[in-house]
Amino acid sequence: MATETHGAENAAAAASACVDSHGSAVGMPQLCGEWIGNQVFWLVITLVVIYLILAKIALPRIASVLAERQGTITNDIAAAEELKRKAEESEAAYQQALADARAQAQAIAQKTRDDIKADLDAEMAKADEAISAKAAESEKAISAIRASAMENVEIVAKETAAALVAALGGKADDAKIANAVSNRLKG
Amino acid sequence: MEGDLAHIGAGLAAIGSGAAAIGVGNVAGNFLAGALRNPSAAASQTATLFIGIAFAEALGIFSFLVSLLLMFAV
Amino acid sequence: MATETHGAEAAAEGSSLVFHPMDQFIVKPLFGHGDVGMFTITNVTLWLALAILAIFVMMVLGTSRRAVVPGRSQSVAELAYGFVHKMVEDVTGKDGLKYFPYIMTLFMFIVTANFLGLIPMSFTTTSHFAVTVVLALAVFLTVTILGFVKNGASFLGLFWVSSAPLALRPILAIIELISYFVRPVSHSIRLAGNVMAGHAVIKVFAGFAAIAAISPISVLAITAMYGLEVLVAFIQAYVFTILTCVYLKDALHPHH
Repeated sequence: MATETHGAENAAAAASACVDSHGSAVGMPQLCGEWIGNQVFWLVITLVVIYLILAKIALPRIASVLAERQGTITNDIAAAEELKRKAEESEAAYQQALADARAQAQAIAQKTRDDIKADLDAEMAKADEAISAKAAESEKAISAIRASAMENVEIVAKETAAALVAALGGKADDAKIANAVSNRLKG
Repeated sequence: MEGDLAHIGAGLAAIGSGAAAIGVGNVAGNFLAGALRNPSAAASQTATLFIGIAFAEALGIFSFLVSLLLMFAV
Repeated sequence: MATETHGAEAAAEGSSLVFHPMDQFIVKPLFGHGDVGMFTITNVTLWLALAILAIFVMMVLGTSRRAVVPGRSQSVAELAYGFVHKMVEDVTGKDGLKYFPYIMTLFMFIVTANFLGLIPMSFTTTSHFAVTVVLALAVFLTVTILGFVKNGASFLGLFWVSSAPLALRPILAIIELISYFVRPVSHSIRLAGNVMAGHAVIKVFAGFAAIAAISPISVLAITAMYGLEVLVAFIQAYVFTILTCVYLKDALHPHH
Protein backbone atom coordinates (compact mmCIF):
# COMPACT_ATOMS: atom_id res chain seq x y z
CA MET A 1 0.00 0.00 0.00
CA ALA A 2 2.81 2.31 0.89
CA THR A 3 4.37 1.84 -2.48
CA GLU A 4 1.02 2.42 -4.15
CA THR A 5 0.50 5.86 -2.64
CA HIS A 6 4.13 6.65 -3.23
CA GLY A 7 3.71 5.72 -6.85
CA ALA A 8 0.51 7.68 -7.23
CA GLU A 9 2.19 10.75 -5.81
CA ASN A 10 5.07 10.59 -8.23
CA ALA A 11 3.39 8.95 -11.17
CA ALA A 12 2.75 12.17 -13.00
CA ALA A 13 6.41 13.07 -12.88
CA ALA A 14 7.26 9.96 -14.82
CA ALA A 15 8.03 11.83 -17.97
CA SER A 16 11.72 11.73 -17.09
CA ALA A 17 14.08 8.96 -18.12
CA CYS A 18 15.38 8.79 -14.56
CA VAL A 19 11.97 8.08 -13.01
CA ASP A 20 9.83 5.04 -13.80
CA SER A 21 6.06 4.99 -14.18
CA HIS A 22 5.60 4.54 -10.40
CA GLY A 23 7.64 7.60 -9.59
CA SER A 24 10.57 5.58 -8.31
CA ALA A 25 14.11 6.35 -9.25
CA VAL A 26 15.72 4.46 -12.09
CA GLY A 27 19.31 3.92 -11.04
CA MET A 28 20.92 6.61 -8.95
CA PRO A 29 19.18 9.99 -9.10
CA GLN A 30 22.59 11.53 -8.49
CA LEU A 31 23.74 10.33 -11.90
CA CYS A 32 20.72 11.54 -13.83
CA GLY A 33 22.12 13.85 -16.46
CA GLU A 34 18.99 15.84 -17.20
CA TRP A 35 18.81 17.25 -13.66
CA ILE A 36 22.37 18.46 -13.43
CA GLY A 37 21.88 21.74 -15.26
CA ASN A 38 18.99 22.70 -13.03
CA GLN A 39 20.88 21.92 -9.85
CA VAL A 40 24.04 23.71 -10.92
CA PHE A 41 22.07 26.76 -12.00
CA TRP A 42 20.21 27.15 -8.73
CA LEU A 43 23.29 26.25 -6.69
CA VAL A 44 25.36 28.98 -8.28
CA ILE A 45 22.59 31.51 -7.60
CA THR A 46 22.35 30.28 -4.02
CA LEU A 47 26.07 30.54 -3.45
CA VAL A 48 26.20 34.05 -4.85
CA VAL A 49 23.29 35.15 -2.68
CA ILE A 50 24.79 33.57 0.45
CA TYR A 51 28.14 35.16 -0.35
CA LEU A 52 26.52 38.57 -0.71
CA ILE A 53 24.53 38.16 2.51
CA LEU A 54 27.60 37.11 4.43
CA ALA A 55 30.23 39.37 2.92
CA LYS A 56 28.12 42.52 2.70
CA ILE A 57 25.98 42.31 5.83
CA ALA A 58 26.63 39.56 8.31
CA LEU A 59 30.41 39.25 8.53
CA PRO A 60 31.21 43.00 8.82
CA ARG A 61 28.47 43.31 11.42
CA ILE A 62 29.74 40.40 13.51
CA ALA A 63 33.32 41.60 13.12
CA SER A 64 32.34 45.06 14.35
CA VAL A 65 30.40 43.59 17.27
CA LEU A 66 33.36 41.44 18.23
CA ALA A 67 35.74 44.37 17.87
CA GLU A 68 33.43 46.53 19.96
CA ARG A 69 33.26 43.86 22.63
CA GLN A 70 37.02 43.53 22.57
CA GLY A 71 37.27 47.29 22.91
CA THR A 72 34.83 47.30 25.81
CA ILE A 73 36.73 44.56 27.56
CA THR A 74 40.02 46.36 27.00
CA ASN A 75 38.52 49.60 28.30
CA ASP A 76 37.11 47.90 31.33
CA ILE A 77 40.42 46.29 32.06
CA ALA A 78 42.14 49.64 31.66
CA ALA A 79 39.60 51.27 34.00
CA ALA A 80 40.15 48.53 36.53
CA GLU A 81 43.89 49.05 36.24
CA GLU A 82 43.38 52.75 36.77
CA LEU A 83 41.26 52.16 39.86
CA LYS A 84 43.78 49.72 41.21
CA ARG A 85 46.56 52.21 40.60
CA LYS A 86 44.57 54.89 42.43
CA ALA A 87 43.92 52.59 45.34
CA GLU A 88 47.58 51.80 45.52
CA GLU A 89 48.41 55.48 45.37
CA SER A 90 46.06 56.37 48.21
CA GLU A 91 47.40 53.52 50.25
CA ALA A 92 50.89 54.80 49.68
CA ALA A 93 49.76 58.29 50.69
CA TYR A 94 48.17 56.89 53.82
CA GLN A 95 51.33 55.03 54.68
CA GLN A 96 53.30 58.19 54.03
CA ALA A 97 51.03 60.20 56.31
CA LEU A 98 51.30 57.56 58.96
CA ALA A 99 55.07 57.55 58.74
CA ASP A 100 55.12 61.35 58.85
CA ALA A 101 52.93 61.45 61.91
CA ARG A 102 55.05 58.86 63.58
CA ALA A 103 58.22 60.81 62.77
CA GLN A 104 56.64 64.01 64.05
CA ALA A 105 55.58 62.36 67.27
CA GLN A 106 59.06 61.04 67.66
CA ALA A 107 60.50 64.49 67.02
CA ILE A 108 58.17 66.06 69.58
CA ALA A 109 59.03 63.44 72.11
CA GLN A 110 62.70 63.92 71.40
CA LYS A 111 62.38 67.65 71.72
CA THR A 112 60.52 67.39 74.98
CA ARG A 113 63.10 65.00 76.24
CA ASP A 114 65.87 67.35 75.16
CA ASP A 115 64.17 70.32 76.84
CA ILE A 116 63.75 68.44 80.05
CA LYS A 117 67.32 67.32 79.88
CA ALA A 118 68.51 70.88 79.26
CA ASP A 119 66.46 72.15 82.18
CA LEU A 120 67.73 69.40 84.30
CA ASP A 121 71.30 70.13 83.30
CA ALA A 122 70.85 73.80 84.04
CA GLU A 123 69.36 73.06 87.45
CA MET A 124 72.09 70.58 88.08
CA ALA A 125 74.77 73.07 87.14
CA LYS A 126 73.18 75.65 89.39
CA ALA A 127 73.01 73.22 92.20
CA ASP A 128 76.58 72.18 91.61
CA GLU A 129 77.64 75.81 91.66
CA ALA A 130 75.78 76.43 94.89
CA ILE A 131 77.32 73.36 96.39
CA SER A 132 80.79 74.30 95.32
CA ALA A 133 80.26 77.88 96.60
CA LYS A 134 79.15 76.50 99.87
CA ALA A 135 82.08 74.11 99.94
CA ALA A 136 84.52 76.94 99.24
CA GLU A 137 82.93 78.98 101.99
CA SER A 138 83.25 76.11 104.40
CA GLU A 139 86.81 75.60 103.32
CA LYS A 140 87.51 79.19 104.01
CA ALA A 141 85.86 78.96 107.39
CA ILE A 142 87.85 75.85 108.17
CA SER A 143 91.10 77.43 107.13
CA ALA A 144 90.23 80.50 109.15
CA ILE A 145 89.50 78.28 112.09
CA ARG A 146 92.73 76.39 111.48
CA ALA A 147 94.66 79.62 111.21
CA SER A 148 93.17 80.94 114.41
CA ALA A 149 93.86 77.62 116.04
CA MET A 150 97.49 77.82 114.88
CA GLU A 151 97.67 81.30 116.33
CA ASN A 152 96.22 80.10 119.55
CA VAL A 153 98.73 77.24 119.56
CA GLU A 154 101.55 79.74 119.06
CA ILE A 155 100.24 81.92 121.86
CA VAL A 156 99.85 78.94 124.10
CA ALA A 157 103.27 77.66 123.10
CA LYS A 158 104.81 81.04 123.80
CA GLU A 159 103.06 81.28 127.08
CA THR A 160 104.02 77.72 127.89
CA ALA A 161 107.59 78.35 126.84
CA ALA A 162 107.71 81.56 128.91
CA ALA A 163 106.20 79.73 131.85
CA LEU A 164 108.75 76.91 131.42
CA VAL A 165 111.62 79.30 131.18
CA ALA A 166 110.37 81.16 134.26
CA ALA A 167 109.88 77.95 136.10
CA LEU A 168 113.41 76.83 135.25
CA GLY A 169 114.65 79.98 136.78
CA GLY A 170 115.53 82.02 133.87
CA LYS A 171 114.55 85.32 132.86
CA ALA A 172 112.47 85.05 129.79
CA ASP A 173 112.90 87.45 127.09
CA ASP A 174 109.50 87.61 125.41
CA ALA A 175 110.79 88.54 122.04
CA LYS A 176 113.33 85.74 121.99
CA ILE A 177 110.84 83.19 123.09
CA ALA A 178 108.31 84.28 120.49
CA ASN A 179 110.97 84.06 117.83
CA ALA A 180 112.07 80.61 118.88
CA VAL A 181 108.58 79.26 119.07
CA SER A 182 107.73 80.64 115.64
CA ASN A 183 110.87 79.07 114.21
CA ARG A 184 110.15 75.76 115.84
CA LEU A 185 106.51 75.78 114.66
CA LYS A 186 107.53 76.53 111.10
CA GLY A 187 110.25 74.02 111.21
CA MET B 1 22.24 -13.22 -14.57
CA GLU B 2 24.24 -10.10 -15.26
CA GLY B 3 22.22 -8.25 -12.64
CA ASP B 4 22.90 -10.98 -10.12
CA LEU B 5 26.64 -10.75 -10.69
CA ALA B 6 26.38 -7.01 -10.25
CA HIS B 7 24.69 -7.51 -6.91
CA ILE B 8 27.45 -9.86 -5.80
CA GLY B 9 29.98 -7.29 -6.89
CA ALA B 10 28.10 -4.66 -4.94
CA GLY B 11 28.29 -6.81 -1.83
CA LEU B 12 32.01 -7.35 -2.34
CA ALA B 13 32.56 -3.64 -2.81
CA ALA B 14 30.74 -3.01 0.46
CA ILE B 15 33.57 -4.87 2.25
CA GLY B 16 35.60 -1.76 1.54
CA SER B 17 33.35 0.18 3.88
CA GLY B 18 34.38 -2.15 6.69
CA ALA B 19 38.03 -1.70 5.76
CA ALA B 20 37.56 2.05 5.95
CA ALA B 21 35.97 1.57 9.36
CA ILE B 22 39.15 -0.18 10.52
CA GLY B 23 41.16 2.72 9.17
CA VAL B 24 39.05 5.32 10.90
CA GLY B 25 39.22 3.34 14.12
CA ASN B 26 43.00 3.23 13.83
CA VAL B 27 43.23 6.97 13.38
CA ALA B 28 40.89 7.77 16.27
CA GLY B 29 42.40 5.14 18.58
CA ASN B 30 45.95 6.29 18.01
CA PHE B 31 44.89 9.86 18.51
CA LEU B 32 43.28 8.93 21.80
CA ALA B 33 46.37 7.00 22.91
CA GLY B 34 48.56 9.96 22.07
CA ALA B 35 46.15 12.41 23.64
CA LEU B 36 46.11 10.50 26.91
CA ARG B 37 49.90 10.53 27.04
CA ASN B 38 50.16 14.21 26.31
CA PRO B 39 46.78 15.82 26.90
CA SER B 40 48.15 19.34 26.56
CA ALA B 41 49.06 18.76 22.91
CA ALA B 42 45.75 17.07 22.04
CA ALA B 43 43.63 20.17 21.59
CA SER B 44 45.91 21.58 18.92
CA GLN B 45 45.77 18.38 16.89
CA THR B 46 42.03 17.83 16.59
CA ALA B 47 42.04 19.43 13.13
CA THR B 48 44.68 16.93 12.05
CA LEU B 49 42.55 14.18 13.53
CA PHE B 50 39.53 15.17 11.49
CA ILE B 51 41.57 15.51 8.30
CA GLY B 52 43.00 12.04 8.88
CA ILE B 53 39.57 10.60 9.55
CA ALA B 54 38.21 12.32 6.46
CA PHE B 55 40.92 10.88 4.25
CA ALA B 56 40.48 7.39 5.66
CA GLU B 57 36.73 7.59 5.36
CA ALA B 58 36.79 8.95 1.81
CA LEU B 59 38.12 5.63 0.55
CA GLY B 60 35.36 3.77 2.31
CA ILE B 61 32.89 6.13 0.71
CA PHE B 62 34.45 5.31 -2.66
CA SER B 63 33.79 1.63 -2.16
CA PHE B 64 30.29 2.41 -0.99
CA LEU B 65 29.83 4.42 -4.16
CA VAL B 66 31.09 1.56 -6.32
CA SER B 67 28.61 -0.66 -4.57
CA LEU B 68 25.78 1.80 -5.20
CA LEU B 69 26.76 2.10 -8.86
CA LEU B 70 26.68 -1.65 -9.24
CA MET B 71 23.30 -1.80 -7.53
CA PHE B 72 21.55 1.00 -9.33
CA ALA B 73 23.48 2.16 -12.33
CA VAL B 74 24.66 -1.06 -14.02
CA MET C 1 -9.08 -4.48 -5.25
CA ALA C 2 -8.85 -7.59 -3.15
CA THR C 3 -5.75 -8.73 -4.97
CA GLU C 4 -4.33 -5.28 -4.62
CA THR C 5 -4.54 -5.29 -0.81
CA HIS C 6 -3.35 -8.85 -0.81
CA GLY C 7 -0.31 -7.87 -2.80
CA ALA C 8 0.38 -4.98 -0.47
CA GLU C 9 0.10 -7.29 2.52
CA ALA C 10 2.43 -9.74 0.90
CA ALA C 11 4.90 -6.96 0.40
CA ALA C 12 4.49 -5.95 4.02
CA GLU C 13 5.01 -9.50 5.17
CA GLY C 14 8.49 -9.38 3.74
CA SER C 15 8.23 -11.90 0.98
CA SER C 16 9.17 -9.12 -1.37
CA LEU C 17 10.31 -6.17 0.71
CA VAL C 18 10.25 -3.04 -1.40
CA PHE C 19 13.01 -0.56 -0.81
CA HIS C 20 13.16 2.75 -2.51
CA PRO C 21 16.14 4.26 -0.71
CA MET C 22 17.03 6.49 -3.65
CA ASP C 23 13.59 7.96 -4.26
CA GLN C 24 14.25 10.74 -1.79
CA PHE C 25 16.91 12.15 -4.09
CA ILE C 26 14.61 12.61 -7.09
CA VAL C 27 14.48 16.11 -8.48
CA LYS C 28 10.98 17.13 -9.48
CA PRO C 29 9.30 20.36 -10.50
CA LEU C 30 7.63 22.20 -7.67
CA PHE C 31 4.73 23.43 -9.80
CA GLY C 32 3.17 21.33 -12.52
CA HIS C 33 4.53 18.08 -13.84
CA GLY C 34 6.68 19.01 -16.78
CA ASP C 35 10.26 18.22 -17.58
CA VAL C 36 13.07 19.49 -15.41
CA GLY C 37 14.77 22.11 -17.48
CA MET C 38 17.67 24.31 -16.47
CA PHE C 39 15.54 27.10 -15.03
CA THR C 40 12.61 25.04 -13.74
CA ILE C 41 11.70 25.77 -10.16
CA THR C 42 12.18 22.39 -8.52
CA ASN C 43 12.46 20.99 -5.02
CA VAL C 44 16.18 21.76 -5.34
CA THR C 45 15.28 25.42 -5.69
CA LEU C 46 12.98 25.21 -2.68
CA TRP C 47 15.54 23.72 -0.35
CA LEU C 48 18.35 25.94 -1.59
CA ALA C 49 16.07 28.92 -0.97
CA LEU C 50 15.33 27.61 2.51
CA ALA C 51 19.06 27.33 3.11
CA ILE C 52 19.46 30.98 2.11
CA LEU C 53 16.57 31.89 4.39
CA ALA C 54 18.03 29.97 7.31
CA ILE C 55 21.42 31.60 6.85
CA PHE C 56 19.78 35.02 6.56
CA VAL C 57 17.79 34.49 9.75
CA MET C 58 20.77 33.15 11.64
CA MET C 59 23.47 35.53 10.49
CA VAL C 60 21.58 38.75 9.75
CA LEU C 61 18.40 38.82 11.83
CA GLY C 62 20.13 37.09 14.72
CA THR C 63 22.79 39.78 14.89
CA SER C 64 20.51 42.74 14.19
CA ARG C 65 20.65 43.97 17.78
CA ARG C 66 24.45 44.24 17.66
CA ALA C 67 24.50 43.66 21.39
CA VAL C 68 27.83 43.82 23.19
CA VAL C 69 26.51 41.12 25.50
CA PRO C 70 25.11 38.67 22.94
CA GLY C 71 21.73 37.02 23.16
CA ARG C 72 21.13 33.42 22.22
CA SER C 73 20.73 33.87 18.48
CA GLN C 74 23.56 36.32 18.22
CA SER C 75 25.96 34.06 20.02
CA VAL C 76 25.15 31.28 17.53
CA ALA C 77 26.17 33.57 14.69
CA GLU C 78 29.26 34.67 16.58
CA LEU C 79 30.13 31.08 17.34
CA ALA C 80 29.94 30.16 13.65
CA TYR C 81 32.00 33.21 12.76
CA GLY C 82 34.62 32.50 15.39
CA PHE C 83 34.76 28.82 14.49
CA VAL C 84 35.50 29.37 10.81
CA HIS C 85 37.66 32.43 11.44
CA LYS C 86 39.88 30.49 13.83
CA MET C 87 40.03 27.56 11.43
CA VAL C 88 41.15 29.74 8.53
CA GLU C 89 43.68 31.54 10.69
CA ASP C 90 45.10 28.36 12.22
CA VAL C 91 45.42 26.42 8.99
CA THR C 92 46.29 29.03 6.36
CA GLY C 93 47.82 31.72 8.52
CA LYS C 94 47.16 35.44 8.63
CA ASP C 95 47.34 35.95 4.87
CA GLY C 96 44.55 33.44 4.36
CA LEU C 97 42.08 35.65 6.20
CA LYS C 98 41.50 37.56 2.95
CA TYR C 99 39.58 34.54 1.69
CA PHE C 100 37.59 34.12 4.90
CA PRO C 101 34.23 35.27 3.41
CA TYR C 102 34.46 32.65 0.64
CA ILE C 103 35.25 29.87 3.08
CA MET C 104 32.54 31.09 5.42
CA THR C 105 30.09 30.95 2.49
CA LEU C 106 31.05 27.34 1.79
CA PHE C 107 30.80 26.33 5.42
CA MET C 108 27.49 28.03 6.07
CA PHE C 109 25.95 26.63 2.91
CA ILE C 110 27.07 23.07 3.53
CA VAL C 111 26.21 22.98 7.20
CA THR C 112 22.79 24.54 6.62
CA ALA C 113 21.97 22.31 3.66
CA ASN C 114 23.06 19.22 5.62
CA PHE C 115 20.89 20.07 8.59
CA LEU C 116 17.91 21.03 6.42
CA GLY C 117 18.30 17.66 4.71
CA LEU C 118 17.82 15.97 8.06
CA ILE C 119 14.27 17.26 8.33
CA PRO C 120 11.97 14.32 7.47
CA MET C 121 10.51 14.43 3.95
CA SER C 122 13.00 17.10 2.96
CA PHE C 123 15.28 17.10 -0.04
CA THR C 124 19.02 17.04 0.65
CA THR C 125 20.79 19.24 -1.84
CA THR C 126 24.27 18.26 -0.67
CA SER C 127 23.58 14.60 -1.41
CA HIS C 128 23.83 15.30 -5.14
CA PHE C 129 27.16 15.08 -6.90
CA ALA C 130 26.05 17.88 -9.18
CA VAL C 131 26.09 20.18 -6.14
CA THR C 132 29.21 18.98 -4.37
CA VAL C 133 31.22 18.70 -7.59
CA VAL C 134 30.47 22.34 -8.31
CA LEU C 135 31.64 23.26 -4.81
CA ALA C 136 34.76 21.12 -5.01
CA LEU C 137 35.64 22.23 -8.54
CA ALA C 138 35.21 25.84 -7.52
CA VAL C 139 37.65 25.28 -4.67
CA PHE C 140 40.04 23.31 -6.86
CA LEU C 141 40.11 25.83 -9.71
CA THR C 142 40.34 28.82 -7.38
CA VAL C 143 43.17 27.28 -5.43
CA THR C 144 45.10 26.19 -8.52
CA ILE C 145 44.76 29.54 -10.26
CA LEU C 146 45.57 31.36 -7.03
CA GLY C 147 48.67 29.20 -6.59
CA PHE C 148 49.99 30.09 -10.02
CA VAL C 149 49.09 33.76 -9.67
CA LYS C 150 50.70 34.09 -6.25
CA ASN C 151 53.78 31.93 -6.79
CA GLY C 152 54.22 31.69 -10.54
CA ALA C 153 56.04 28.60 -11.76
CA SER C 154 57.37 27.92 -8.27
CA PHE C 155 53.91 26.67 -7.40
CA LEU C 156 55.02 23.49 -9.17
CA GLY C 157 57.44 23.02 -6.27
CA LEU C 158 54.43 21.61 -4.47
CA PHE C 159 54.94 18.45 -6.53
CA TRP C 160 58.73 18.36 -6.23
CA VAL C 161 59.35 16.99 -2.76
CA SER C 162 62.77 18.49 -2.03
CA SER C 163 63.17 16.59 1.23
CA ALA C 164 63.10 13.21 -0.54
CA PRO C 165 66.17 11.52 -2.10
CA LEU C 166 66.81 12.73 -5.63
CA ALA C 167 66.12 9.36 -7.25
CA LEU C 168 62.69 9.16 -5.69
CA ARG C 169 61.59 12.66 -6.57
CA PRO C 170 60.23 12.01 -10.11
CA ILE C 171 58.15 9.10 -8.82
CA LEU C 172 56.93 11.18 -5.92
CA ALA C 173 56.15 14.01 -8.31
CA ILE C 174 53.88 11.72 -10.32
CA ILE C 175 52.17 10.50 -7.15
CA GLU C 176 51.76 14.06 -5.88
CA LEU C 177 50.37 15.14 -9.24
CA ILE C 178 47.82 12.33 -9.25
CA SER C 179 46.82 13.02 -5.66
CA TYR C 180 46.49 16.69 -6.52
CA PHE C 181 44.03 15.96 -9.31
CA VAL C 182 42.14 13.45 -7.18
CA ARG C 183 41.49 16.21 -4.66
CA PRO C 184 38.29 17.58 -6.20
CA VAL C 185 37.00 14.03 -6.73
CA SER C 186 37.49 12.96 -3.13
CA HIS C 187 36.49 16.38 -1.88
CA SER C 188 33.09 16.22 -3.56
CA ILE C 189 32.37 12.50 -3.25
CA ARG C 190 33.22 12.52 0.46
CA LEU C 191 30.50 15.04 1.20
CA ALA C 192 27.82 13.73 -1.15
CA GLY C 193 28.66 10.11 -0.34
CA ASN C 194 28.45 10.59 3.41
CA VAL C 195 25.17 12.45 3.24
CA MET C 196 23.65 10.11 0.67
CA ALA C 197 24.81 7.01 2.53
CA GLY C 198 23.27 8.17 5.78
CA HIS C 199 19.95 9.06 4.21
CA ALA C 200 19.80 5.86 2.15
CA VAL C 201 20.58 3.74 5.22
CA ILE C 202 17.80 5.44 7.16
CA LYS C 203 15.44 4.71 4.28
CA VAL C 204 16.51 1.06 4.20
CA PHE C 205 15.83 0.72 7.92
CA ALA C 206 12.50 2.41 7.34
CA GLY C 207 11.73 -0.28 4.74
CA PHE C 208 12.42 -2.98 7.36
CA ALA C 209 9.89 -1.31 9.64
CA ALA C 210 7.17 -2.82 7.40
CA ILE C 211 7.83 -6.17 9.05
CA ALA C 212 5.98 -6.08 12.37
CA ALA C 213 8.40 -8.38 14.20
CA ILE C 214 11.48 -6.27 13.68
CA SER C 215 9.90 -2.84 13.45
CA PRO C 216 10.90 -1.81 17.02
CA ILE C 217 14.52 -2.61 16.23
CA SER C 218 14.10 -0.76 12.98
CA VAL C 219 12.78 2.33 14.72
CA LEU C 220 15.62 2.20 17.24
CA ALA C 221 18.11 1.82 14.40
CA ILE C 222 16.60 4.78 12.59
CA THR C 223 16.89 6.86 15.76
CA ALA C 224 20.51 5.86 16.23
CA MET C 225 21.31 6.52 12.58
CA TYR C 226 19.62 9.88 12.83
CA GLY C 227 21.83 10.81 15.77
CA LEU C 228 24.87 9.72 13.80
CA GLU C 229 23.67 11.70 10.80
CA VAL C 230 23.36 14.87 12.86
CA LEU C 231 26.99 14.38 13.80
CA VAL C 232 27.99 13.56 10.23
CA ALA C 233 26.13 16.60 8.89
CA PHE C 234 28.33 18.87 10.97
CA ILE C 235 31.57 16.91 10.66
CA GLN C 236 31.36 16.72 6.87
CA ALA C 237 30.81 20.47 6.65
CA TYR C 238 33.78 20.93 8.97
CA VAL C 239 35.93 18.52 6.98
CA PHE C 240 35.01 20.14 3.67
CA THR C 241 35.89 23.54 5.07
CA ILE C 242 39.14 22.52 6.71
CA LEU C 243 40.28 20.70 3.58
CA THR C 244 39.52 23.87 1.63
CA CYS C 245 41.75 25.70 4.10
CA VAL C 246 44.49 23.10 3.66
CA TYR C 247 44.34 23.40 -0.13
CA LEU C 248 44.38 27.17 0.19
CA LYS C 249 47.46 26.94 2.40
CA ASP C 250 49.16 24.82 -0.27
CA ALA C 251 48.39 27.50 -2.82
CA LEU C 252 49.67 30.34 -0.63
CA HIS C 253 52.73 28.53 0.74
CA PRO C 254 53.61 25.70 -1.67
CA HIS C 255 56.96 25.01 0.03
CA HIS C 256 55.40 23.75 3.25
